[in-house]
Amino acid sequence: MSTGAPAAAPSTATSSISSRFNARNLLREPLLGPLVALVIAIVIFSSVSNSFLNPQNVSLILQQSVVVGILAVGQTLIILTSGIDLSIGAVAVFGTIVMAQSAGAGGPFLALGSTLLVCVVFGAVNGGLVTALRLPPFIVTLGTFTAIQAATRLLAGSETYRVEPGALTFLGTSFRIGSFSTTYGVVTMLLVYLVMWYALSQTAWGKHVYAVGGNPQASNLSGIKSQRVLFSVYLTTGVIAAIAAWAALGRIPNADPNAYQNANLESITAVVIGGTSLFGGRGGVGGTLVGTLIVGVLRNGLTQAGVDNLYQNIATGVLVIVAVAVDQFARRRSQ
Amino acid sequence: MTTTTSGTPVLEARGLVKKYGNVTAINGADFELRAGEVLAVIGDNGAGKTSLIKALAGAVVPDSGEMRMNGTPVSFKNTRDARAAGIETVYQDLAVVQALDIASNLYLGREVRRKGLAGSLFRRLDMPKMREDASQHLADLKIGIKSVNQAVETLSGGQRQGVAVARAAAFGRGVIIMDEPTAALGVRESGQVIDLIQSIRDRGIPVVLISHDMPHVFEVADRIHIHRLGQRAGVVDPKTRSMSEVVALMTGAEEPTDEERAGL
Repeated sequence: MSTGAPAAAPSTATSSISSRFNARNLLREPLLGPLVALVIAIVIFSSVSNSFLNPQNVSLILQQSVVVGILAVGQTLIILTSGIDLSIGAVAVFGTIVMAQSAGAGGPFLALGSTLLVCVVFGAVNGGLVTALRLPPFIVTLGTFTAIQAATRLLAGSETYRVEPGALTFLGTSFRIGSFSTTYGVVTMLLVYLVMWYALSQTAWGKHVYAVGGNPQASNLSGIKSQRVLFSVYLTTGVIAAIAAWAALGRIPNADPNAYQNANLESITAVVIGGTSLFGGRGGVGGTLVGTLIVGVLRNGLTQAGVDNLYQNIATGVLVIVAVAVDQFARRRSQ
Repeated sequence: MTTTTSGTPVLEARGLVKKYGNVTAINGADFELRAGEVLAVIGDNGAGKTSLIKALAGAVVPDSGEMRMNGTPVSFKNTRDARAAGIETVYQDLAVVQALDIASNLYLGREVRRKGLAGSLFRRLDMPKMREDASQHLADLKIGIKSVNQAVETLSGGQRQGVAVARAAAFGRGVIIMDEPTAALGVRESGQVIDLIQSIRDRGIPVVLISHDMPHVFEVADRIHIHRLGQRAGVVDPKTRSMSEVVALMTGAEEPTDEERAGL
């Protein structure tokens, strides 16, 4: 599709002006709001607690953000297509059980492979129902979430499964950069962000994801195979869920069917706080990374300040509603 | 201006029929677009203009009838086929993605990748080239937009129309079809679109203009195709017929001459 270029035009002076840095563009930059919120949160918490900006604490915040942070990348993709995924957390938890059980039977690499396969199949089921049957993603993933959660308990039989240290816990291994200690899980999370940032902003596939989310009719008329793009997004999200499952076992080497109950909602929270529109077609993984960090900083900071967990949930909830309200306001103004 | 052998129509249709259940949207319609002309297609609401245009653009597959492009029989199964044949359509709702920038919109579905490994293996887009070419295409049509990095939603209605037209003009090698391009625009912006249509014709690309706006039609069209009851009622010359006569022909109050009926 990308070969039909028109005749090359001679270089003009206008194009260099058009790509030049512009202060007004910076103010329109959608990352600005979330970044300011993150900086304010860090300033407040570091003035309340002296240990907040300690390397150990910063490292802890990053490690605590890994699983939700990775899931939020998949969630960003789905929300960009104006969908929503209520099942990605449950898929990852199912993945951890599959990984732990199959590791006992066939070793760690079979375990990683079968987890990847299972998660991609779940992605294909969601994507198939959304594209082939044209069902709303909210309903589809609500259904698969309920079914997968039950299947997880059937598979695990209300037990937890310990995994042996090795390939499956590799993402929990820590290493030092100077005095700063972090894990390969954090690196993996950042890599997932980097890869998806590239795919969304530098490839035709990325443009098509935005187009399908922003204006499906225009996408079809432009010759984009919208349903195929949509399906690929759900498949990719399956892969991301498998990576999150791996990272989860790195963090706690124990596959627990009742773990990460809030991860799905927290991934949506991170995406929305990061400025990706629930109406699709605008936002990106950069914002989601900031959103993930805001949630991580808020939880960690409030914990250090001695605020009860339930109050933290209230604070996160308020933040989500504010973020959606800002998005709604921005959309109305642009129309 | 003529790019093909004079006499052979660029795009031609004979006896097109399209039925939706009991409703006949196209009832044996003929169509003929000549090289280098602006052909206006007018007709009352429900006359079947849109269905005819969709058939020409590949968005609707007719039940029967034949189509020829430069004398060669063609059949379009979808808009991709028609685009591959060089027919570009500017839709009434513009088919632009508001949140994407102008350059991305211009190349949507036809992105250009970088040369070498970056493009083939890593699928990296050549955004600098696309931006540069997009600026050039806008400049060619004298569309005044400062930066092609702007999101389309930051543009005025006329500028958005300009982007959609520039996209069609950039890729439309054979025919450009415009569906009601001035319907949603103010007076000044409509004037800009009329200028755009003329500059596309000046580049030798024939334009099919669907419009309700008689003054615009008379300003820019070389011939007027009058559509009535799913068929071509006739083709008239705007220089020999007045606006009120054309409206009378459109509503059936007046009968076309034999020559007009034959589409000569």
